Amino acid sequence: MGKETSKANDKKLRNIKFRNRLGNLIPKIMIAPTFTVSLVCVYGFILWTIWISFTSSKILPKYDFVGFEQYNILFTQEPRWWVASLNLFIFSGLFIAICIALGLTLAIFIDQRLRGEGVFRTIYLYPMALSFIVTGTAWRWIMNPSLGLERLVQQLGFSDFTFRLLVESNVAIYAVVIAAVWQSTGFMFALFIAGLRGIDNSIIKAAQIDGASLKKIYLRIIIPSLRPVFLSAVIILLHLSIKCFDLVMALTSGGPGYSTDMPATFMYAFAFNRGRLAFGAASAVIMFITVMAIIIPYLYTELKGTRNAR
Amino acid sequence: MKRIITSLICLLMFASFAFATGQGDGTSAAKGGEVEVLHWWTSGGEAAAVAVLKQLLEAEGYTWKDFAVAGGGGDNAMTVLKSRALAGNPPAAAQVKGPQIQLWGDEGVLTNLNDVAKAEDWDNLLPKVVADVMKYKGNYVAVPVNVHRINWMWCNPAVFKKAGATIPKTWEEFEAAAKKIKAAGLIPVAWGGQPWQEATVFEIIVAGVGGTDFYKKALVDADVNTLKSATMVKVFKTLRMVLQYIDPGAPNRDWNLATSMVINGEAGMQFMGDWAKGEFTAAKKAPDKDYIAATAPQTSKQFIFNIDSFIMFNVADKDKNAQKAMARLIVQPKFQEVFNINKGSIPVRLGMSEEPFDIPARLAMKDFVATSKSGDLVPSMAHEMAVMPDIKGAMVDTVTNFCNSDMSAEDAAAQLASAVAAVK
Repeated sequence: MGKETSKANDKKLRNIKFRNRLGNLIPKIMIAPTFTVSLVCVYGFILWTIWISFTSSKILPKYDFVGFEQYNILFTQEPRWWVASLNLFIFSGLFIAICIALGLTLAIFIDQRLRGEGVFRTIYLYPMALSFIVTGTAWRWIMNPSLGLERLVQQLGFSDFTFRLLVESNVAIYAVVIAAVWQSTGFMFALFIAGLRGIDNSIIKAAQIDGASLKKIYLRIIIPSLRPVFLSAVIILLHLSIKCFDLVMALTSGGPGYSTDMPATFMYAFAFNRGRLAFGAASAVIMFITVMAIIIPYLYTELKGTRNAR
Repeated sequence: MKRIITSLICLLMFASFAFATGQGDGTSAAKGGEVEVLHWWTSGGEAAAVAVLKQLLEAEGYTWKDFAVAGGGGDNAMTVLKSRALAGNPPAAAQVKGPQIQLWGDEGVLTNLNDVAKAEDWDNLLPKVVADVMKYKGNYVAVPVNVHRINWMWCNPAVFKKAGATIPKTWEEFEAAAKKIKAAGLIPVAWGGQPWQEATVFEIIVAGVGGTDFYKKALVDADVNTLKSATMVKVFKTLRMVLQYIDPGAPNRDWNLATSMVINGEAGMQFMGDWAKGEFTAAKKAPDKDYIAATAPQTSKQFIFNIDSFIMFNVADKDKNAQKAMARLIVQPKFQEVFNINKGSIPVRLGMSEEPFDIPARLAMKDFVATSKSGDLVPSMAHEMAVMPDIKGAMVDTVTNFCNSDMSAEDAAAQLASAVAAVK
C-alpha cells in the first residue's frame, strides 16, 4: 500500500515539475519568432546597409570595399542631397513648432469646459485617421492653381488672386508643411488635452486663492507642468518628419524639379530607381545616424527621468 | 546559461519550421514546361496585349505563369526581380530594357538565345541598332517586343484654327504659333511637370536643334565636352522659350491629364511618345480629323525610340523549351501585330504589313525603316534606352532643375556636364 502511494506521489510530482518547466518555456517559445524576425530584419539589415554603403554596389549588391567614397560623393558632388537636407531642416522645424503651438492653443481652449467639447475633439482628431497619402493627394488638388483654391477664388470674382505655393520651386516645401500640420495638429491637441486633464486641480485652486491671474496660472503652472508632454510631442513629430516619405510622394513627388526632396525620397530615388545601391545606402546611414542622435538622448532622459518627471 | 540554451533551441525549432514550409511549393511542374514572366503591363490595353502571348504559348502546350508587379513604372518590379535573382531563383523572363540588359549580363545570369535568333533570322529582321541593344557580348540575351516613338507632337487642329496658327515644323514656327494660341486665350503647350516628361521634351529639342550626331554624342555617349558646348546652350535656350507657353498648373501633372487638355481643346499641343495615342483613341477621336499626330519640330527625319524587351534567365532544363518558344513567338508577325495594335506602339520586326495599323503608326513604321537605314534611329535618354540609370538620373536632375528655376541656359549646360562627369 505504502509503496503504491509513494509511486503515485512521485508521478504527481513529476507532472507538476513538467508543467512548471512547460510554463517556463511557453513564453520563450512565443517570443522566439518575433525575436528572430526583429533581430534579423531590423538589426541585421541595419548592419547590412552600413556594410553596403562602404562598397561600390550599383544595381545589385557587390561586396568590395571602397571606404568612404560614397559619403564623399554624397557631401561634395551631389547638389540634390543638400536640397534634401535643407528641406528636412525647414520642414521639421516649422512642422514641429506650428503643430505644437496650434495643438496647445486648441487644447487650452477646449479645456475651458466649453459646450460640445466632444464634437470639437472629433473634428480636430479626424485628420489623423487619414493616411499621409490621402492627405497629400487631397492637398495636391486643393493647392493646384488650375483645380483648387486659386481657381475657386478667381471664379468668385477675385480674378487677381493667386495661390502658387505648390508650383513655385522655392516655396513648395511650405506647401508640404501646411499639409503635414493639418494632419498632425489634432494628435498634438489630443496629447496636450490629456496632459492638461492630468494636472492636479488643487494646485490651480491654490494659485487662484493666492490671487494669480489666469494668464499667470497658464504660463507659470500649467505649461511648465506639461514638460513631459512637450518632450513626447517633439520626439514623435521629429521622427515623423525624418521618415516623411509618403506625404512628399503624394503631394509633390519631390517636385517641382527636386525642390521638395527629403532624405527619404532621395534615398529611394537613388537606391531603387537609379541602381546606385551603395550611394542610397550611404544616405540611409546618414539618416539613421540623425535619428539615433535624437532617439538616444530621448531614451536616456526617458529612462532616467521616470522617477522625477512623472 | 540554461536560459540561453533553451532560447537557442526555440530559435532552431522556429527556423527549421520556417525552412520546412519554405520547401512546400515549387513542385508543380507542367507537361510542356512553364515560363514565369515578370512584367508590369497591368493596365487595360497592356494586359490585353500580354494575354495574346499567353494564348499563343498555351496553344503550343506550354504553361504561362504570370508574375505581374504593378506600380512605379517598373520600379517595384525591378526590386522584386533583384531579390529573386539574388536568391538564385529568377523568373524565366523579365521586362528589362536598354543598357540595363548589359548590367544583368554582367551578373552572368542570362541565357543564350542565339539558336532561336539564327533559326528565326533576327539579324536581318531587326534593325542593327535594336539588335545591338538585345545582345550581351555579341550573344542574344533579350527579345524586343515593341517600338515606341518619342518625338511626337500631338495637336488639336481646332485650337490651331481658332488661333489662326499653323502646325509648326521648326522651333521658330513653334514660337509664332504658340504666341497666337496664347493670344487667343488658350494654353499653347499641355505640359506635365514631372522630371521624366521634362526630360522627354528636352531630348526632342536635343535631336531637333543639335541633329542626330550631336544627340548621339551628348545623350548616348554622354560626352562631357559636348554636354557643355554652345549647341547645348542653344538647346536650353529653346527649352526656356517653350516653357513660356505652359500654364501654372503644370508641376507634377500626369502625362495623361496633359493629353486630355489637348483632347478637350484647352491646350494646343503636347510633346509625348506614341502612348498618348491611346488617350485619343479612348476618347473616340479620329487621327487627322480630331487630332493631328505630327513629328516634333525639326525631327521629321529622326526617330527617337523606346523599346520594351524581355531578358531571359538561365532556367531548369525542363523549362528551357518553353522559354525558347516564348522568345520565338514574341518576334513572329502574329504576336507583333496584335500586341502592338493593343499597345499603341509599332512592330520591332521590319517588313510587316502596315494595313492593320492606324495613321500615326503607319507613319512611324515608314520612318522606322527609313531611319534604320539612314542612321537617324536613336535611343531615348529619358526612357532609359541610351545611358545607364545613374547617368540618366544626373541628366534628368539638371533638366528638371532648369525647368523649375530661372537658371540661365549657360549655367544649365555647365551643370549638366559636371553632373554627368560626377557619376561617369
